Amino acid sequence: MKKSNHKLRILLKRSLIVFSVNILLFFALIGRLYYLQIYQGEKYALLSDSNRTSRRLVSPPRGIITDRNGVELAVNNQNFQAMLIPEQSRHIDGQLSSLQAILHLSDDEVAHIKKDISHHRRFVPVKIKDNLSWDEIAYLMLNNSQYPGLIIDEGLIRTYPYKEYTAHPLGYVGAVSEADLQKDEDPLLQVPGFKIGKSGFEKTYDNILRGRAGAVTYEVNAYGRIMREIEKTDGVRGQDLDLTIDIRLQKKAYEAFGNESGAAVVLDVNTGEILAFVSVPSFDPNLFVDGISVKNWNSLINDEKTPMTDKAIAGQYSPGSTFKIVVALAALEAGVITTNTTSFCSGKMKLGNHYFHCWKHSGHGHLNVIEAIKNSCDIFFYETALKLGIEKIAEMSHRLGLGEIYDIGLENQKAGVIPDKKWKQTALKQPWQQGETVIAGIGQGYVLVTPLQLVTMLSRVVNGGYEITPTFIKKDKPPEAKKLKLKKENLEIVKQGMFEVVNGVGGTAARAKLKLKDVKMGGKTGTTQVRRISLKERAQGIRRDEDLPWKYRNHAWFMAYAPHDNPKYAVAVIVEHGRSGSGVAAPIASKILEEAIKLDIR
Amino acid sequence: MVMLLNKNQELSLKERFLHLNFVFIGIIVVLAFIGCATLYSVAGGSFSPWALNQGVRFGVGLIILFAVALIPPEFYYKVATPFYVVTLMMLIFVDVAGHIGMGAQRWINLGFFNLQPSELMKIAIVLELAKYFSNVPLETTRTIKGIIIPAVLVAVPVAFIMLQPDLGTSLMILFCAVFLFYIAGVQWWKFVLAGGAIVAAMPILWHFLHGYQKDRILTFLDPERDPLRAGYHIIQAKIALGSGGIWGKGFLSGTQSHLNFLPEPHTDFIFTTFSEEFGMLGGVVILFLNLILISYGYWFAFRIHNSNYFGKMVILGLNTNYFLYVFINIAMVTGLLPVVGIPLPLISYGGTVILSVMTSFGIMLSFYANRDRELKK
Repeated sequence: MKKSNHKLRILLKRSLIVFSVNILLFFALIGRLYYLQIYQGEKYALLSDSNRTSRRLVSPPRGIITDRNGVELAVNNQNFQAMLIPEQSRHIDGQLSSLQAILHLSDDEVAHIKKDISHHRRFVPVKIKDNLSWDEIAYLMLNNSQYPGLIIDEGLIRTYPYKEYTAHPLGYVGAVSEADLQKDEDPLLQVPGFKIGKSGFEKTYDNILRGRAGAVTYEVNAYGRIMREIEKTDGVRGQDLDLTIDIRLQKKAYEAFGNESGAAVVLDVNTGEILAFVSVPSFDPNLFVDGISVKNWNSLINDEKTPMTDKAIAGQYSPGSTFKIVVALAALEAGVITTNTTSFCSGKMKLGNHYFHCWKHSGHGHLNVIEAIKNSCDIFFYETALKLGIEKIAEMSHRLGLGEIYDIGLENQKAGVIPDKKWKQTALKQPWQQGETVIAGIGQGYVLVTPLQLVTMLSRVVNGGYEITPTFIKKDKPPEAKKLKLKKENLEIVKQGMFEVVNGVGGTAARAKLKLKDVKMGGKTGTTQVRRISLKERAQGIRRDEDLPWKYRNHAWFMAYAPHDNPKYAVAVIVEHGRSGSGVAAPIASKILEEAIKLDIR
Repeated sequence: MVMLLNKNQELSLKERFLHLNFVFIGIIVVLAFIGCATLYSVAGGSFSPWALNQGVRFGVGLIILFAVALIPPEFYYKVATPFYVVTLMMLIFVDVAGHIGMGAQRWINLGFFNLQPSELMKIAIVLELAKYFSNVPLETTRTIKGIIIPAVLVAVPVAFIMLQPDLGTSLMILFCAVFLFYIAGVQWWKFVLAGGAIVAAMPILWHFLHGYQKDRILTFLDPERDPLRAGYHIIQAKIALGSGGIWGKGFLSGTQSHLNFLPEPHTDFIFTTFSEEFGMLGGVVILFLNLILISYGYWFAFRIHNSNYFGKMVILGLNTNYFLYVFINIAMVTGLLPVVGIPLPLISYGGTVILSVMTSFGIMLSFYANRDRELKK
C-alpha cells in the first residue's frame, strides 16, 4: 500500500511538473503571437498589402497640338483593339484561325499571338488586333457568341489628321526604347504600350505633352488575377501645345509644290511667328505610331527626294542671288555705294587673270543698286563685294540672321555657312582668296543658308530692321524685337529693288506677280549651281541644266514678302533641282503669299 | 458526498450522464463552432464545401463522445491489449498494402469513412502503456528490464508509422510515450541518456528521412531558403498572422486566405486564417480555451479515485496527446517548429482527427464520470 502510494505520488508530482511546462508553453505561444502580430504586425501588414495589391500606372491623355486657330494637328483618337482572354475561350486555335480570316492577320501575327498566350497566365487578355475598323467591330459584336473570351478594348492612339502636311514640324510618337528608359526615369515609360515623342515637337515638348501618370490599385489573388479595384488616382493630362502655324496656309504651301522637292517657310515679319513650315515631300507620321513596316521605311529612306529630311532647317543651300540683298544692304550701310553708284556690266569682269561672268552674257550696261537687284546683275555685285570685303558681308549676314541656329524647338537644325577669313582658316586651313569674295557677292562659293534663315533675313530687312526671331509657339504677346540700327533709307532701297524684281518691267520675277488687285509683293530670285556641266558632258551635247539628270540640276530659290507697302508676310521657297528661281520657285512663293493675304492671318 | 462512501458501487446510466463535466463539453463545442465559422469564412462566406460537412462530423463526434463516456471505464481496461494488437495489425496492413502495389496509403477505406490506424494508435498506445504501468510496481519501472516491454510496445508502431511515412504522428506518439514513461517514474537520467543517444544518431537518422522531410526541416531552420517553394508556406502563414494585428481584419476579410496566398487555409493552417481575421485577441481566445480543456484533463486525473492508477494514466496520456496536437500545430504555423502536418484538433477540417479526439475526450469523461469509485479489474 505504501509502495503504491509512492508510485501515485510520483505520478501526480510529475504530472504537475508537466502541467506547469504545458502552461509555460502556452504562454510561449502567446508570446509568439505578440511578437508576430503586435511587435512585427506593421511589417506583416505591409507585406500582406503588397501581396494582395497590384498598382498599375495609367497613362494620361497626351496634350493636343493645335495650329494658331485651334485646329487640332495632333490628337488622341479612340482605338479599338480586339483582345482574347484565353481562359474564357473554349477552342483557341479554332477561334484564331477564324479571326485570322476576318481580321486579315498574317501568319506571323498569329504565331506572335500564340506566343503571347503561352507566355501569360490564362486570364491575361492578349491583343489580337489594333485599330479595328467599324466594320470589324460590328462583325465581332454581332458574332460575339462565336468568340467566347473575345473582348473589344478601347484605348487612345496618337493621330495626325493632317498627315504629311504637318509631319515635319510635329514629328511623331513611338514605342519607348531601351535608350529612352536609360535617359528618363518617369515611371510612365514602363507602362506597356506607352508612346513618347520620337521626333519634332512631339520629342522636344514631350515632357509638356506627356502629363503625369495616374494609378489604379487592384486587389489581386495569389495567381495575379484582379479581384477588384481598390483605389484610383487620375493622372494629369498633358498640356496642349498651340503653334503659330495656320494649317490652311500650311496645306496650301505644301500643295503648291506639286511633285517638286523643296521647302517653304512663311514668317510674320513683325513677330517672327512661323505661319507655314513645309518640307516637301513628306511622310505620313501615323505610320510611325505603331511602328513602321520595313517596306514603308525602306521606301522612305531610299527616296531621292529625302522625305525624312526637314529641308526647311536641315537643308543647306547656297543662297545664290537672294544673297545680293545682304550684300547690297551691307554696302549701303558701309557707305561703299549709294543709289548713285553705278557699275557697267559688259557680261564679264576680269580679276587677276580670271574672268567672272554675269548670267546675262550680253551684259546689262550701266545700272545702280536698285536696277542691279531688279536684273540680278552679277557684275554689279562682284564689284560691290570687292569694294566691301568679305568681313563686312559676313557681319551683315549675321546681323540679318544668317548662319544662326534658332530656338524653335526642332532638332537637326543646320547653321549654314557664312564664310569669312577666320572661318576659312579654321575650317579649311587656307587663306582667303579675293576671288572668293567676288563669288560670295552673288551668294555662291562657301555661303550656305537654310530656308528658315533666309526668310528670317528677308523679314528683318522688310520689317524696318527689327531683329525678330522665328518662333513656333503661340504666345499672347510676342516679345519686343530689338532694332538692328539699319538706316531706314537703305532698307527702302533694297526693298525698292525687290519690288522691281516682281513689278518692274523686265524684272526677273515679273511673271510671278500676285493675282490680287491691291496687293503688291517684292522678292528676289536665286539659282544655285549644284554641279557644273563638265567638259565631257558638253561634248555629249549636254548644254543646258535641264538636260542633266534630276539630282544634278540647279536649285531654285525665291524669297518674297507682301504687301509691299506694309509688309506682313515673308516667304522663302527652295525647289531642289528646280533649275529656275523665277520659273519654278517664284510661282510657288506667290501662291503661298496670295493665300496668306486672302486668309488675313492674325 | 454520500457517494464517497459507496466507492465500489457501480453507477446507473443516468448517474453517469449527470456526472459528466458539461463545462468541459461546452468548451469543446465552442472550439468546434469556431472551427466551423472559420471554415465558413475560408470558403468565402459559404457553408460548402467545408463548414457544413465539418458541423455534421462534429455532431457525429459528439454522439461518439457521449457513447464512449457512458461506457463504464472497466471496458477500456479490458480492451486495452486487444485494441492495441488490432490497431497494430491494421497499421502493418496499411504499410504492407502500400508496399505491394496499392499505393502509399495511411488509411483503410471502410466505405463511409477512411480509417487511419495511426490515429487509433495514439489512443491504443496510451491504454496499453497505462495498463502495463498500472500493473508493475515502481521498482520494476525503475529497472532497465522493466522498461524493455513498454519500449518495444512503443517502438514497433512508431517504426511502422515512420515508414508510412508520417513523421508528425510518429513523433507525437513518441512524445506521448515519453510523457507516460516519465510520470510512471522512469528516472531522469534515462531520458537524458536516450536523448543523447538520439542526438548522436542524428546524422545517421538524417539519411533515413525522406527528401521532403529533410526539406521541411531545412526550411524550418531558414524559411527564406526557398521562398517560392518550401518556405512559401511558412512565410505566407507569418504574413497572415502578423497582418492580423491585435483585432484582426474582421470576419470574412482575411486577404491572405481568401486570395489564396495562404496554403492549406482550412486544414493545418486554419489557426493563421482565424488569427488573420480575429487578430491576436482571437488567437489568445483559442489558446485559452485549449488551456482550460487541458487543465480540466489534469483536474480529471487528480480528481478520480486514487486507487485508479490506470484511469489517471489514461486521462493524462490522452490529455497530453491533445496538448501535443494543439501545441505542435500552433508552434508550426507560427514558425516555431517545422511544418510536420499536424492539424489543429476541433478546428481544422478533417474527420479523422475529430473522431480521434472526441473518442479520447469520451474516454477521459468515462473515468471522470466514475470518479468516486475504484476500477474493478
